[in-house]
Amino acid sequence: MNTLEQIRLVWKPLAFMLCLMPAALVVTDAMQTAGGLGANPIEEVLDRFGNWGLRFTMIALAVTPLRQLTGWNWLARFRRMLGLFAFFYVLMHFLTWLVLDQGLLWPAIVEDIGERPFITIGFIALLLLTAMAVTSTNGMRRRLGRRWQQLHYSAYAVGALGVWHYWWQVKADIREPLIYAAILAVLLGYRVWQRRQRFGFSEA
Amino acid sequence: MLILKPADIRPSEITSEANYLNRRQFIKAGAMAGGAALSAPASSAIVPAERGAKLDGIGASRFSTDEPANSFEDITTYNNYYEFGTGKGDPAKNAQGFRTRPWTIAVDGHAEKTGPIDFDDFVKPFDLEERIYRMRCVEAWSMVIPWVGISLADVVKHFRPTSKAKYVAFETLLDPVQMPGQRRRVLDWPYREGLTIAEATHPLSILAVGLYGEVLPNQNGAPVRLVVPWKYGFKGIKGIVRMSFVESMPRTSWNMAAPHEYGFYANVNPEVDHPRWSQARERRIGAGVFSSKQPTRMFNGYAEQVAHLYTGLDLRKHY
Repeated sequence: MNTLEQIRLVWKPLAFMLCLMPAALVVTDAMQTAGGLGANPIEEVLDRFGNWGLRFTMIALAVTPLRQLTGWNWLARFRRMLGLFAFFYVLMHFLTWLVLDQGLLWPAIVEDIGERPFITIGFIALLLLTAMAVTSTNGMRRRLGRRWQQLHYSAYAVGALGVWHYWWQVKADIREPLIYAAILAVLLGYRVWQRRQRFGFSEA
Repeated sequence: MLILKPADIRPSEITSEANYLNRRQFIKAGAMAGGAALSAPASSAIVPAERGAKLDGIGASRFSTDEPANSFEDITTYNNYYEFGTGKGDPAKNAQGFRTRPWTIAVDGHAEKTGPIDFDDFVKPFDLEERIYRMRCVEAWSMVIPWVGISLADVVKHFRPTSKAKYVAFETLLDPVQMPGQRRRVLDWPYREGLTIAEATHPLSILAVGLYGEVLPNQNGAPVRLVVPWKYGFKGIKGIVRMSFVESMPRTSWNMAAPHEYGFYANVNPEVDHPRWSQARERRIGAGVFSSKQPTRMFNGYAEQVAHLYTGLDLRKHY
């Protein structure tokens, strides 16, 4: 087996299973009779999916910087999958909110998306992720050409909107959203710094 | 153009004074009947120091709701008590070693009887009553909780506040060694809360010392906490060490942290949203994953009893 085959047949399926673990844990905890999801299971599920959506957004964004810094080019093979998992967890977060939290009460849902800024920005992030997920196939990538890259830079916007969405619904303890904001700042800072370096180089 | 907003409270929700007095008589009669039935001398609340100890001589109250109460498990593992951490499960985890004895409450300000008083002596003159109340959190979830407590009105009267006392202010213990949450400045410690004298002497207001017939668990505010069922839960200050009779409106912790989001009154009101989320509906804890949220009621369903306290007050402004 060559390296590419090894990645495709061994490491990718393994990574896929690993990425599914948080969702599997929600299912097994929900099946526990002793209340594995606590006194407010809907909030717990909502929080877990939301948190993993944000984490996978950060992890997917970290792939390129990490690849460049370490020279581990095989990392690029995992980027699409990690991004799609970010979409999956954010979608589950949204569906939990829609079905379990709001009980598919459409007037309240429309009002919340339109009038609660933190829900509005969360919804925009979901729309951007959906656009990226739909265009994530090789065919779409070829068809969109340069615009594909432009569209997929919005992953950074998704990260920012996600952190903002989280920050805005916290009552007083902003420690966790602050950690996500710091990670995002480092990732974005790296890309800006890198671009400057490159420009500086080409001008010389 | 002047646009008239509908009144926050319908006239039908306001109790007439005659009705209110009627109610008082009814309560008095009930209390007297209850008192006569007891062979032990009335008014001698004893709250053991031991965690989980049974409380004796608990009277029933006609203020209790007949809605099914939440489980002991739900009430004691899902709540906010930022002194022990900001997660809902943190108080249950971090309050287990908390020492509730010796416990002294400082009574000060505009009252005839002031000074430090030991917790056991503080509660002794009063009757223990079970009060099964709805509890509505500002985060839009709710529970039904069988508190055991003493009437705050009785407590206030006991210390004989002077005419200068317009408000009662409370403070929580400040002890970062025992309360890990106080090591971070999430709020400006110690936690502070307050009520107007009229609110504090309303028959619904209690100081809770027990839950489900037992000594109040540490994570729920032992040894003594405030319960004001028509207000958002954060008004229910826990681990009280100071009670002050003051002339001007006291500063309160959440109002200090975010004045545009949390007011002094903090009355449950489905028509006045939190700036970031709706207060129109609430999730009843324990109702099941597939049950929908229920509509939040004005003054958490206690409008009949308390709406008269706020006649003439713009509840949109004084949230």
